[in-house]
Amino acid sequence: MTTALNAEQVARKINKAFPGVVVAADKAAVVVTSESLFKVAEFLKNTPGLDFDYLGDMAGVDYTDYFEVVYRLVSVTHNHSLVLKTRCYDREKPVVPSITSLWRAAYFPERETYDLLGIIFEGHPDLKRLLLWEGFEGHPLRRDYL
Amino acid sequence: MVIKTEPFILNIGPQHPSTHGVFRMKVTLDGEVVVDVEPVIGYLHRGIEKMGENRTYTQIIPLTDRLDYLASLTNNLAYVLAVEKLADIKVPERAEYLRIIMAEAMRISSHLMAVGFFLNDLGAMMTPVLYMWREREKLLDLFEMVCGQRLTYNYMRIGGVSHDIPEEFLPALKKFVAEMPRFLDEYDQLLATNEIVLVRAKGVGVLPKKTAINIAASGPVLRASGVKWDTRKADPYSIYDRFDFDIPVGSSGDNYDRYWVRMQEMRQSVRILEQAIGQLPNGEVIADVPQLLRPPVGEAYGHIEAPKGELGFYLVSDNSIAPYRFHIHPPTLINLTALKDMAVGWKIADLIITFGSIDVVLGEIDR
Repeated sequence: MTTALNAEQVARKINKAFPGVVVAADKAAVVVTSESLFKVAEFLKNTPGLDFDYLGDMAGVDYTDYFEVVYRLVSVTHNHSLVLKTRCYDREKPVVPSITSLWRAAYFPERETYDLLGIIFEGHPDLKRLLLWEGFEGHPLRRDYL
Repeated sequence: MVIKTEPFILNIGPQHPSTHGVFRMKVTLDGEVVVDVEPVIGYLHRGIEKMGENRTYTQIIPLTDRLDYLASLTNNLAYVLAVEKLADIKVPERAEYLRIIMAEAMRISSHLMAVGFFLNDLGAMMTPVLYMWREREKLLDLFEMVCGQRLTYNYMRIGGVSHDIPEEFLPALKKFVAEMPRFLDEYDQLLATNEIVLVRAKGVGVLPKKTAINIAASGPVLRASGVKWDTRKADPYSIYDRFDFDIPVGSSGDNYDRYWVRMQEMRQSVRILEQAIGQLPNGEVIADVPQLLRPPVGEAYGHIEAPKGELGFYLVSDNSIAPYRFHIHPPTLINLTALKDMAVGWKIADLIITFGSIDVVLGEIDR
């Protein structure tokens, strides 16, 4: 059984390494600031004992006040998992750092999230639409897109 | 005299027999050697995630049929598991067993297609496919007995399955389970040591273990690279912890290993089917679930080991009758990230079989 790590405990570890980056944490998920996402992800990937080497899933959600990007991190080595989230509040130009350089698994999901929700992943090697065609206007998975 | 050469860009697809659907590969070639591959997708995009936001939880089940349409039942299963997690619904024992029987039969059916078309891509035009279809046909007949459909089954329900199996189902399934190992032996006899298969597939399209984990490959693609990771064992869902089966693992991560892993997995699925038939209890097949389900506010992620890899559904509920967010984690799209690693440096003919060895279905990639 994949052990879902207690996110509160992991949040404490993150806070120790980078004070002030954790926005919220409960048993299920850690939410960090979007500016710190990359270094937190790097920390989770490379810290012995955590070793999140596998990106299980990645999704963006539009909560109208803010966008949330959800990362499901898995460690194949230890068989445990963690849900990492980040939020961005700017609707005009939501920016989240890209984690493709850490997990190449994020290459397509980041392009898809950009395509359908309009979240810009800074540092992505080739950020362009994935499912819709070039020249398509708008981002259909936003709640205000009809 | 030195002949001047330059790289050449070739579009394979979107309409091309070797792309298994409407898929385009933008290939940069140096003579016959592949320098770069860029997958271009979206030709079959139907906006299933957006459609899901405007349908009730039950109405979404037929949409999931149309993702990986060669393995509809496992799509159903992954989705209903996610909803059951979200709304905390218990499933009757008999329904759990029926789900396992359907999922494993589906895995065999999907792998038969995968292996058959892999050989098609190798140049064994249609003959191996017809051998594989001989067995797949029996499975389709079985599915048809249960739900009247041969492609989009829409069989699983939130809290169970739509209805019980008919009387003639179990005898037919038992016959299939008894015969299948012999047919698998026959395939092995024809293919496993076939010189053409070995020469074309061994050592070609290698995906190293480290890369396979980093790109989050799953299913046979991951296991062929030597990673013993199967969601049925790593994170058992439904009642998979009650069955005894092995996870076949490849060693080199080449095209042959991906073919070999699928062949072995079919044997393991037959083992699971045997055990499930033996243990099948009597009783209800669906729990008492409200017709218009309103799960509590929250989110859930349900994932299973689909034939092609890890299929997940991420659902966010706002306590209304439709999900606030309906996200699909498609295994083959993620596996496609590895195509470039596997194909660069090989000839264009090897690109075709490497692509075939991933076993893609465009319904799932484009959604």
